[in-house]
Amino acid sequence: MTPKTSRPAGTQPETGQTTVVNTSPWKVDGIGLVTGAPLFVDDLQLRGTLHVKLLGSPHAHARIRSIDVSEALRVKGVQLILTHENTPRVPHTTAGQGYPEPSPYDAFMFDTKVRFVGDRVAAVVAETATAAREARKRIRVDYEVLPAILSVRDAKRPGAPVIHDEPDATGIHDARRNVAAHFDFEHGSVAMGFEMADLIVETEIENGYAQHCPIEPHVCLTYLDPEGRVVVRTSTQVPFHCRRILAQCLQIPVSRIRVIKPRVGGGFGTKQEILLEDVCALATLRTGRPVKWELTRAEEFYASRTRHPMVVNVKIGVKPNGDITALDMRALSNTGAYGTHSLTVLTNAGAKTLPLYHAEHVRFDGDAVYTNLPVAGAYRGYGGTQGAFALETLIDEVCERGGFDPIAFRKRNALDTGHTSPVFAAMGEGKEGVPMVIESCGLRECIDRGAEAIGWAHKRGQGRHRPGPVKRGVGMACLMQGSGIPLIDMAAARIKMNEDGSFNLFAGATDIGTGSDTVLAQIAAEVLTVPTHMVNVLSSDTDVTPFDTGAYASSTTYISGGAVKKAAEALRAEIFDYCAEMWNVPPETLHLEAGQVLSAQGQSIAFSDLVLRAFMGFGGMQRQFEGHASHTSPTSPPPFSAHFAEVEVDTETGNVRVLDYVAAVDCGVAIHPLQAEGQVEGAALNGISYALCEQMVFDARGKLRNDSFADYKIFTSLDAPPIRTILVKTHEPTGPFGAKSIAEICINGPIPAIANAIADAVGIRLRRSPFTPERVLEALRAKAGAEAVL
Amino acid sequence: MAPLTELHLTINGEARTFLTPINFSLLDVLRAEGYVEVKNGCLNGDCGSCCVELNGRPVNGCLVMAPHCEGGEVVTAAGLGRPGALHPLQQAMLDHAAAQCGFCIPGLLVAAKHLLDHAPNPSRDEIRAALAGNLCRCTGYVKILDAVEDAAARMRREKTGKGKGRR
Repeated sequence: MTPKTSRPAGTQPETGQTTVVNTSPWKVDGIGLVTGAPLFVDDLQLRGTLHVKLLGSPHAHARIRSIDVSEALRVKGVQLILTHENTPRVPHTTAGQGYPEPSPYDAFMFDTKVRFVGDRVAAVVAETATAAREARKRIRVDYEVLPAILSVRDAKRPGAPVIHDEPDATGIHDARRNVAAHFDFEHGSVAMGFEMADLIVETEIENGYAQHCPIEPHVCLTYLDPEGRVVVRTSTQVPFHCRRILAQCLQIPVSRIRVIKPRVGGGFGTKQEILLEDVCALATLRTGRPVKWELTRAEEFYASRTRHPMVVNVKIGVKPNGDITALDMRALSNTGAYGTHSLTVLTNAGAKTLPLYHAEHVRFDGDAVYTNLPVAGAYRGYGGTQGAFALETLIDEVCERGGFDPIAFRKRNALDTGHTSPVFAAMGEGKEGVPMVIESCGLRECIDRGAEAIGWAHKRGQGRHRPGPVKRGVGMACLMQGSGIPLIDMAAARIKMNEDGSFNLFAGATDIGTGSDTVLAQIAAEVLTVPTHMVNVLSSDTDVTPFDTGAYASSTTYISGGAVKKAAEALRAEIFDYCAEMWNVPPETLHLEAGQVLSAQGQSIAFSDLVLRAFMGFGGMQRQFEGHASHTSPTSPPPFSAHFAEVEVDTETGNVRVLDYVAAVDCGVAIHPLQAEGQVEGAALNGISYALCEQMVFDARGKLRNDSFADYKIFTSLDAPPIRTILVKTHEPTGPFGAKSIAEICINGPIPAIANAIADAVGIRLRRSPFTPERVLEALRAKAGAEAVL
Repeated sequence: MAPLTELHLTINGEARTFLTPINFSLLDVLRAEGYVEVKNGCLNGDCGSCCVELNGRPVNGCLVMAPHCEGGEVVTAAGLGRPGALHPLQQAMLDHAAAQCGFCIPGLLVAAKHLLDHAPNPSRDEIRAALAGNLCRCTGYVKILDAVEDAAARMRREKTGKGKGRR
């Protein structure tokens, strides 16, 4: 007989002391990674695999009058060519977001129109990649070339060409004006707020196109299982959204699709998209053969996804005592040819920055517009990067103009524990948000410890007086992000117990290299009082693991970790019920310790003995101990961070070098401190690289000119400055063992911290990133010119 | 299909013979023959994911034509150590949580091994320079540099330990 669960899961008291959480065991997938085990999508080689090559558009904007594939089909080895003529036309979004997606349905597997250089025209499926490339050359396409929009500022111009004129797209805010998405809100009246201000400062920044550059490009392998279902082994951040969107595009039931996520070689947002899977799966269904498609590095640059370039204007009003009376942010976001993540990245530019400082009157107003340039999508920071550039350089400027100390000004106005912001309720995932009171905030400690580490007190304002052409400066920025999307993100986990006292954890959560499998194993191990290596993690496989929205929005530790904790507690409750019946004691008198069940009455049993007994039926009580749980959160507690940069500016060459970088971060309790540091260091260096040199350069016809790592520079070990991480411990009561997120926040700091450090060094305000030597020199000359006039 | 040629390589100490299209790169051959620890990240020689040692020198496998490697000795990351018998570099990568996604790690391990074989006591800047051909987007390199420094120290200790007849 199955004993009834007589008490709720999770009643073992939390002592606050942890033995596994807040330690840094080996990554659960670490040995495989350092010994080169075949873990990634392309490491599985199936006999008879067909290869896909894409014919991309040579034009930024054109209508396809006709496609002739007859000659291409005669190339030896060609099995199939997919075009708009032989594929289902289903409006959808490639954004792997929760349903209903906040992104417009403006994409088609193949369309009769192309909207950027590299847009899908045809996919050749052949026995070898060489044959596919050969056939691709023989496809004849007749294009009607249309005028193109190659600048975000031209998109809404009267008479501009309409990029999405197809009648069957849905969810576009104003297609005729090329506005993919719009959002505005006002709390109070910023006009009144500015009237109350004694000092008003305004700035406008612009960030450029940038690519995520995961070292593993997008890659997908599909094949049929023995029942004829299509198996999709893919490098994705969103296996469950991938399954759902594939079902939509291919018009087949979800039950006919299995998505397997093996190890993923980096994502950073670009793999929160369904980019290859539809073509591969359809080709497998049509040919019955395994099909592989891997983007080339060049395609990764121009035909996958990018950061949204934005023009952000922000205006602040302050009183003489340093109180902020009004904050007003206006954003113009370039979503490129399709509106994937257009609304939500736009809103996040305000939602992840404006709450940071108290202002009685706050406004946000933004448009995301289409252009005939590469498609912007999710990118670590997700709007926060753009918003922080604007707001944190503005704060530095208002301090300079108003004579405020930048540290004191931020501490005076910043959010703190017990505070709230009207922005939380007003701005959510492209719609209204959720009200929230901050329950953990270590921002002030981040500021103090970061300032101490960089030497702020004796360096700020000093480096500009150095003799010679090379000046030095220090700058800072404050940051916040979120932990998952409240009331939308959902994670589930299942955990079962084996007869050696080990566990299998099945999590829908998607480890894309972040180390989340290890973090989830630690959370389960902490509840179950075993070492981390006793928890074997399987994530994610839509046939095996329960649902999870995926690896985005800084959600995994907080949301998926919450699910794992509940699942482990449910399993623990089953053990207690079983032992209570076995020993005839109340379950409340039981607890777990070091892999054993102990009773207050003195009984004890090791997990291995317990499970053997339960499996084999000694005494007639047979069962599998298993726990499962789902988790959502009504709140999204922000991690907080203060970043400090020390730079050297060569006034003769314009070159900027980062000498020292400090990131102090409050992520609550770090489940795995070493991995948490790794998230900070990786995000910070990506941000530094983006601040100083990363930019996609287009020619006059909208074609990307630098589509390789030789021409699109990302920082190497030689370029990287020292990055010092300070983890400021707080305890977030709604997070698993006190944890909040850490994945995204630190990519937002470098642009403003470096811009402010440059201003400290040489007195110029750089408002366009990246801060290349040319732009620095130009600003220095403009400043010298202005001073000469004076 | 390009004509085939017979290719003799010693890979991680094992003599192998392959029939290989003459236009294959060393990376193509290695991956086709199951040495999938050698990664393909760019095919331009820019990222270092396919870094292997060829006749004692680190090379990007994507830039070397396979027929030119005839008779050569190749060491891949899997040749450094295996589960249960890890190379100190692999051990240090684990200890420092230096592998995030891990895609760049096999190439980095080979580049780092080559450095430590020739410079057992490198400075941090020497390590930076030796790894400059291997791009990593996840880590900011901090933990990777920590791990290589640590592995170098361990290997030196092991060496002196053995020299003094301990262990």
